[in-house]
Amino acid sequence: MSILGNRVLRKEDPRFLRGEGSYVENLPLEGALNVTFVRSLFAHARIGGVDTTAAEALPDVQVFTGADIDVGPLGPPPLPGLEQGMKRPLVAVDVARFVGDIVAIVVSEGRAAGEDAAELVLVDYDPLQAVVRPADSVKDEVLLFPEVGTNVAGRSGSPEHDESLFDGCDVVVSDTIVSQRMAPCPLEPRSAAAEVGPDGRITAWFSTQTPHQDRMVLAMTLGLDPADVRVIAPDVGGGFGAKMLGAEEILVVWLARRTGRPVRWTETRSESMVALPHGRAQRADYTIGGTRDGKVLAYRLDVLQDSGAYPVLGAFLPNLTALMASGVYAIPRIEFEGRSVVTNTTPISAFRGAGRPEASQAIERALDAFAAELELDPAAVRRKNFIPKDAFPYTTVTHAAYDSGDYEGALDLVLRSAGYDDLRAEQRQRREQGGAKQLGIGLSSYVEITNGIDETEFGEVEITADGGAIVRTGSFSHGQGHETTFAMIAAQQLGLPIEQVTVHKGDTDEIAKGTGTYGSKSTQIGGMAARLAADDVVERAKQLVADYFEASPADIALDHALGRFRVVDAPEPSLSWPELAARAAADERLGELKAAHDFKSSPTFPFGAHVAVVEVDVETGQVELLRLVAVDDAGTLINPLVAEGQVHGGIATGVAQALYEQVVYDDDGNPLTSTFLGYAFPSAADLPLWEAVEMETPTPVNALGAKGIGESGTIGATPAVLNAVLDALAPYGVRHVDMPANGENVWRAIQEAKA
Amino acid sequence: MTRIALTVNGSHCEADVEPRQLLAYFLREQLELKGTNIGCDTSSCGACTVLLDGESVKSCTVFAVQADGCDVTTVEGLADGDELHPVQQAFHEKHALQCGYCTPGFVMATVSLLKENPNPSEEEIRHGLEGNLCRCTGYHNIVRAVQAAARAGT
Amino acid sequence: MIPAAFEYERAGSVDEAVSLLGRDEDAKLLAGGHSLIPLLRLRFARPSLLVDIGRLDELRYVRDDGDRIAIGALTRHAELVRDPLLAQHCALIGKAAAGIGDPQVRHRGTIGGSIAHGDPASDLATIVLTLDAELVVRGPSGERTISAAEFFAGMFVTALAPQEVLTEIRVPKVQAGTYLKIERRAQDWATVGVAAARVDGRVQVGLTSMGATPLRAQGVEAAVAGGAPPADAAALAADGTMPPSDVNGSAEYRADLARVLVRRALEQL
Repeated sequence: MSILGNRVLRKEDPRFLRGEGSYVENLPLEGALNVTFVRSLFAHARIGGVDTTAAEALPDVQVFTGADIDVGPLGPPPLPGLEQGMKRPLVAVDVARFVGDIVAIVVSEGRAAGEDAAELVLVDYDPLQAVVRPADSVKDEVLLFPEVGTNVAGRSGSPEHDESLFDGCDVVVSDTIVSQRMAPCPLEPRSAAAEVGPDGRITAWFSTQTPHQDRMVLAMTLGLDPADVRVIAPDVGGGFGAKMLGAEEILVVWLARRTGRPVRWTETRSESMVALPHGRAQRADYTIGGTRDGKVLAYRLDVLQDSGAYPVLGAFLPNLTALMASGVYAIPRIEFEGRSVVTNTTPISAFRGAGRPEASQAIERALDAFAAELELDPAAVRRKNFIPKDAFPYTTVTHAAYDSGDYEGALDLVLRSAGYDDLRAEQRQRREQGGAKQLGIGLSSYVEITNGIDETEFGEVEITADGGAIVRTGSFSHGQGHETTFAMIAAQQLGLPIEQVTVHKGDTDEIAKGTGTYGSKSTQIGGMAARLAADDVVERAKQLVADYFEASPADIALDHALGRFRVVDAPEPSLSWPELAARAAADERLGELKAAHDFKSSPTFPFGAHVAVVEVDVETGQVELLRLVAVDDAGTLINPLVAEGQVHGGIATGVAQALYEQVVYDDDGNPLTSTFLGYAFPSAADLPLWEAVEMETPTPVNALGAKGIGESGTIGATPAVLNAVLDALAPYGVRHVDMPANGENVWRAIQEAKA
Repeated sequence: MTRIALTVNGSHCEADVEPRQLLAYFLREQLELKGTNIGCDTSSCGACTVLLDGESVKSCTVFAVQADGCDVTTVEGLADGDELHPVQQAFHEKHALQCGYCTPGFVMATVSLLKENPNPSEEEIRHGLEGNLCRCTGYHNIVRAVQAAARAGT
Repeated sequence: MIPAAFEYERAGSVDEAVSLLGRDEDAKLLAGGHSLIPLLRLRFARPSLLVDIGRLDELRYVRDDGDRIAIGALTRHAELVRDPLLAQHCALIGKAAAGIGDPQVRHRGTIGGSIAHGDPASDLATIVLTLDAELVVRGPSGERTISAAEFFAGMFVTALAPQEVLTEIRVPKVQAGTYLKIERRAQDWATVGVAAARVDGRVQVGLTSMGATPLRAQGVEAAVAGGAPPADAAALAADGTMPPSDVNGSAEYRADLARVLVRRALEQL
């Protein structure tokens, strides 16, 4: 009986339920000094000098400035198309480029003293004009990096425009969609600690998604041998793409070395809201054209990406938007041009979806606008353009090689589950009655890329002296449940009860290598690596058993149900794992029952379809989401309970973008939404139950049949909800609403349509 | 410094505190009860929720001196040895936690909610938890957990 | 974040609180703390002394006082929600209190604290203004009563003298009343709020977040008194107001919301 596919409760739960999570902030660190960062109050300013006198007059306070920092600057990641000259000093020296840029560091005994001292650090700012909107930045009038000579931080696609792209189209529709800037808001703010051991070796604890990669970059930046650096990611309270090594973590380690004392830092929320990278912030001008019967012939996407003050991963993400521009449709001609520009704002990095929500937001809006222009039903137009079920593997004209899919099947299923025809009937009825509260029904069909950059993951399985197993993974779950899912995978291959399998992660001293967790890749590469390592251990066990039974390994079988090794076709003699382990240990051969595997794989493409039902108060603009019905197909699900949880969380973030959240700056680059009061992170009272519908189309790409799922809910939900709002407002002549499509944005669209 | 005396998870404790020390930091730093988490600075997220004289409060918005003479229950005070509190058990069974950071706050808020309203509707549950934020779960399973805990009769 | 340091005294009586406030001109009262402590944590306020009146249980009550209901200033929002006297005689107070913040906030926040803070976004402040409540305060020279109309002087400025403590709020028994608000998220402050009540036969309307203080919609009231139907009266809702523009909404949007909400509130009365 396979454990895979079962809704297994999570092994990691007890410590979190009891309040025993080992988040970095909870770790005891004897004698640690406290770090408080002093951050720029101006979006763009020359720094004349930093007067630390008053701050350092407080007892046991030291202040470091940019002049003290002898490492860095940090460059953009070495990805194609990125302007490598736009580097970030770890602490600003001559110029601060965003509100939140680090301008000094206070080291104190305790947090309160640190905050008291930080207030007393006097920075001589000479404000410069700030450039906040990418549309202004691209004019290159106010330069963030004068020595580079432009604000363009990255390019993607091609600037060449084929004037004949829309030839043969009966109808061409253009509009702009802004995927507004969002803040990732993991509930655990970032935290870091570091100490230098008596042997000079560094141990660092980071609230991160990528302990091994962090170690490499940290070592490189500090000029150290990676072997002299140990990074431990203990329990991490959410990441969503934003928690990867940054200036703060590097500085914490630098300070530990400089002061000779252990050092720790935890950001406040309002600090996190300006200092932790933001997401999205992409404007897409789209043009879509096709024939009168609804067939799309051509699509052009012109993307302007806000990179924030220092280009990091965000500047590169339009490449993923380009790759996935075609969505689930067989569009014969697609053009894409992307430019990323710096602005005097918080840097933009990956955030749940990272470039792919933007792609689906654009194509799904474009398709609905195209359908509206033709006065055709949006579901019917989608059907006319889907990549058919028998066409896989299918490569789009944007070079995305989709592995498997059934887009029409997903749409059929979601429409059936939602009761689409009944919804349309109810909508008609309400429209006839008039009244302030009108219904909107919106669709999305999406496909997304997981394990998008063909990564390799490490997995190791070791049998312990009591006959259980340890799985060591280079993946790093920070909420995604690997301690259960990967234990299930290994338990399945080993024929062990899941209680006997423990998953270890996060410590670079214990786990030889890893990439961490992001991009919805962990089950398919980390799970597979663990599976293959488990298979290797089984083979080695068979070898040992063969020696003990004086048989040939080819004649040894593992009875998975019983967890016993025996000779094929002979129930006895047999050895259980504990018996084998005990015997091997006595013979000093236990070490043979250990194997590791690196698993590399190409991307997989989960897909789905969502239906959103909203109620819009056309007098106030308020939108209430009544239902979100979601089909999210990620291939074979190892643990449907965990997978569903990922879908729920992903949908909530997708809905939040459609209806609630937006990071806002004023014209001077001052953040206006830098607390949870200003930033509209929704609570349970703002959202409905999710109707997640199961569909599994396995991938041929790996033996598990598993694709990723972590970001799918987000990618599908936002366009469905936006389309629903526009559907509600269609009778009022509204064709466009900016996200968040709620409140004033809706009200304004209605007023403007009336005028 | 001000001397305070209070009961925390059933145990009497006395301590000297600075008036500006918030209850959340007092619990974490002086009593080493790290289960109560701090997720924001505007009393919005509820990760710091504890019970003060039986009612849910945000411990980041209460000074330790204000808790003098009071009865405080944190998440560490819920389980009975190996046996989880019914609310904790319900959260486990309904997969109502992922990264776990918001979980103690939600559990304490739920205990308080069910004490005041033992049989809440879905809407009452959602409004009863509007002071707690979660980024991982999308709240669906949390609502299901509260419903299950209510049925179990906490 | 950690507040800046301050001294702390716990008052055993209102008179002691009055006296302690006289000790320092940067002293502030601490009741439920849910208006004050958030300001302290972000270091927007730095009182040198906090006078804690949170234990003065003699100020937690709701009493029938003839034609008025007397509410002790330290009555918590959660208590207002479930109070049967208020439900019977002045239900809009419980209704508004149920929408303040979230349950944890409502367990601590007090009506007196909310009103004395002088926040134009306070739902309860708008309601006491709408109802022409009487605010009883005690200071060094004894007790006095301030009318709600005189109480709200400006943004976060009230008619309370430096050493005065708000002790009681006296509201009329109303024949009908409602409180409606628009907010971005359930736990948010009102983008716009409207209180409407029939007091001694007269319709009175108040506005939240439409100016530097809670406001009475006098144009609306006059129109209703003159026999205008709700839609016509409500068209005047934004007259004489100066709504803010912020992340919750522009002034223009707020003005329109006020008109819509006033119409809906009048239709409910």
